[in-house]
Amino acid sequence: MPRKLMKGNHAAVYGAILAGCQAYYGYPITPASEIAEAASLLFPKFGRTFLQAESEVAAINMVYGAAGCGLRVLTGSSGPGISLKMEGISYCAGSALPCVIVDIMRGGPGLGNIGPEQGDYNQVLKGGGHGNYKVIVLAPNSAQEMCDLTMLAFELADKYRNPVFVLTDGVIGQMMEAVELPEPVTELPDKSEWAVYGTADSRHLINSIYLDHDDLERWNRELMKKYEIIQKNEVRVEEYRIDDAEIVTIGYGSSSRVLRSAVDIARERGIKLGMLRPITLFPFPVDEIAELADRGLTGILTVEMSDGQLVDDVNLALRGKMISDLYNRMGGNVPTALEIVENVSELYGV
Amino acid sequence: MNENRKYPFSEIDPDICKGCGLCVASCPKGVLVISDKLNSKGFHFSEYVGEGCIGCGNCFYTCPEPSAVTVYLRNYVPEEVS
Amino acid sequence: MAQKTILRKPRGFIDVYKHKPGAEKDRTHYCPGCGHGILHKLIAEALEDFDIVDKTIVISPVGCSVFAYYYFHTGNLQVPHGRAPAVATSVSRANPDSVVISYQGDGDLAAIGGNNILQAANRGENMVVFFVNNAIYGMTGGQMAPTTLEGQITTTTPYGRNVKTDGYPIQVCEIINQLTAPVYVVRTSLHDMPNIRKTRAAVRKAISNARDKKGFSFVEVLSMCPSGWKMDSVPAQEWIKENMIPRFPLETFRDDSEDTPAIERPVPVMDPDEVKRILEYSALSDSNLEKNPDAAFEKVAVRIAGFGGQGIMSAGIALANVGMEYGYNVSWLPSYGPEMRGGTANCSVKIQSDTVGASECTEPNMVIAMNQPSLEKFEKILVPGGALIYNSTLIDIEPTRTDVEVYPIPITGIADELGNTRVQSMVSVGAFAAVTEMFDPGEIENLMTSLFKGKSDKVMKLNEKAVRKGYEYVKENFS
Repeated sequence: MPRKLMKGNHAAVYGAILAGCQAYYGYPITPASEIAEAASLLFPKFGRTFLQAESEVAAINMVYGAAGCGLRVLTGSSGPGISLKMEGISYCAGSALPCVIVDIMRGGPGLGNIGPEQGDYNQVLKGGGHGNYKVIVLAPNSAQEMCDLTMLAFELADKYRNPVFVLTDGVIGQMMEAVELPEPVTELPDKSEWAVYGTADSRHLINSIYLDHDDLERWNRELMKKYEIIQKNEVRVEEYRIDDAEIVTIGYGSSSRVLRSAVDIARERGIKLGMLRPITLFPFPVDEIAELADRGLTGILTVEMSDGQLVDDVNLALRGKMISDLYNRMGGNVPTALEIVENVSELYGV
Repeated sequence: MNENRKYPFSEIDPDICKGCGLCVASCPKGVLVISDKLNSKGFHFSEYVGEGCIGCGNCFYTCPEPSAVTVYLRNYVPEEVS
Repeated sequence: MAQKTILRKPRGFIDVYKHKPGAEKDRTHYCPGCGHGILHKLIAEALEDFDIVDKTIVISPVGCSVFAYYYFHTGNLQVPHGRAPAVATSVSRANPDSVVISYQGDGDLAAIGGNNILQAANRGENMVVFFVNNAIYGMTGGQMAPTTLEGQITTTTPYGRNVKTDGYPIQVCEIINQLTAPVYVVRTSLHDMPNIRKTRAAVRKAISNARDKKGFSFVEVLSMCPSGWKMDSVPAQEWIKENMIPRFPLETFRDDSEDTPAIERPVPVMDPDEVKRILEYSALSDSNLEKNPDAAFEKVAVRIAGFGGQGIMSAGIALANVGMEYGYNVSWLPSYGPEMRGGTANCSVKIQSDTVGASECTEPNMVIAMNQPSLEKFEKILVPGGALIYNSTLIDIEPTRTDVEVYPIPITGIADELGNTRVQSMVSVGAFAAVTEMFDPGEIENLMTSLFKGKSDKVMKLNEKAVRKGYEYVKENFS
């Protein structure tokens, strides 16, 4: 397989190109600007569209338009920009439009800073925009996954006609790793049933208005059914040294990279630590986490770079059978492996 | 349609018309009037008085309802249109 | 040729308004005397006459015309408030042969969507914008619009619009006309028959511009809102004449359509083989060099630090690249956050056989310190037994650590002797290869073409030399 050393942010753009993404609409924001820059360099080489929109709001609406015309379309941003995009994302979900949004999370709230954080978890996973909808959320933790999961994001977006997030933080976006470039997709899905092409056969309507209350409720229930199917079929996790673990840590994105190192250090010290990493945040690995409660573990420690947003979902999944502890860093600080191991030792007396 | 009507003439669907009166105001010959009758929606609809239409099309273009007004012009030959 | 003999509902309209809820699928939702219906009819007629109903796409944002999709027998997108020009942009880019119509009211276009309309106009997108100016928010029940006239009473200006506090009615055509890209900018009115006919001509001109890919056409139409204005339809027409036209003069501000060439958009390359060719798959790294089984280091977590401009980042990237060529798992992470400031830079590189966990080297087994602050800062976090390479040209203090291997190397001095201090980062790469024994300097030299792609032979030769010198210095002084 041909390999290339590249930044996570660039790998996402390669993934998009390989997935047959035909248009990029975005607005600059640190630490996601490299996605727009890489797209501006690459997309024109393929005669595909790159446009720097006048605002985050315009960018997501351009995504809405391109998706409505049946294109695979990408945008990228970070926390404050994602907040601005939320209305448009709700419209995409409400109109069942497939699209991919990369969020390279930074520190917040407000202007915060440009350090790596995971504080967008709730805004992305718990609506953010208005109304009853969910988005599929993939959480890569390497440059390779930035490429692979971006490709997967397009596939899932089309499969379920739903917006898909690639949610990660500045560390994964900025770091360089060797990426094995996969084969480009050979066939794009047929969207002629609903997409608008400006032809007699494609006089379709892209719309999220349902004036009649019963009609809208019916549509809400259809969406709920779709989300149930996604929950059933699309959960993805990575487990590391979990089989004989007595303590399990849970984390995603760059903190899961640190957890892997922490597990190795702990094991050297004779502490049976393991890691469970959600690769999909929606669908959340509810069953996989619930199952941990039946193992007679000493403890479960959720490690996140946010204020307890992830641990809430972990505890919901545990259904009160166990309660996960929390170790978190914020403000742009990334936990270190030693910090985590020492915390584990202290918490569980090991 | 009444085959014996004299061309050109304006035909206004009494049920679709919302009685705004723009056509009446725009008619250069004053041959459109607001009816004393009400349609099913409770509007006093607009009516062609039966003669005097010159086929200018003003009533058609000034009417906000796409299908309320139809104007049959002088060279209209129903058999050939089919 | 068929002669048009009947003025009837144009074919640009859907026969039965199937998307409209309720029983009345044969009539619009618009109030009696509303200007929207008149403009709709002129558009639908033009689409039929030009035989372009099939290739037209109508964008309906929020406002009374949000339901325009009930009526037009075209592709339709209903979109968020104010965003029609943004959506129309990507729709037009996606379907360059289509005729894209953005149909907007005054609140939508001039208030919440003010920037979107300006930017789409400024890009000269191939689209027609119909801007219905009735000086009021109709759908939400008659609130103040950006175009509401001075003194006009609305539900949010119950004392009349006060220009001192609410600003002046915005003249949008005049603003659009300040931009270079638009081809056609015109303001017309629906207040009487001669002006409806002028509006008809403007509609046809604008739509034919989009059909001919001439770019951005903007048609502002002064229109009646009898419900919002709380008056009958005919007096509403009078009100336009008496009150709106003085503030919004009827004028063709610009018509460059004749002299404007058609916009051409590229055809996207989607063929997988062509995609791989453009991405230069064949040139990508595919060969794994043989690892040295007797290397002094089997895995490295190195922190490279120095002044900005010393090539810290590129030294790290070079190491990661070489590591990749040897089939190692590698990661490179630039310093992130406040430590970027203050003129110092550092990066973390990991080179190892097993999967890389944390990418930041918080407990490195090697530090390459290119200046004194870096030595002071990073020697502290070096693990016992690790290697400390430091730039003795610029650092005249001794390291405090005694439990690590220390390699003072005149890195900048060596580069200077080679004639260019900019290659000091490659001297450190050579030193790294010698200390770790992970890489053969000859192999590194072979990789110069891919590391310095696009650089001249001279530059590559110089860098090759720098690697060799760094390597030799270590071998000669520390074996």
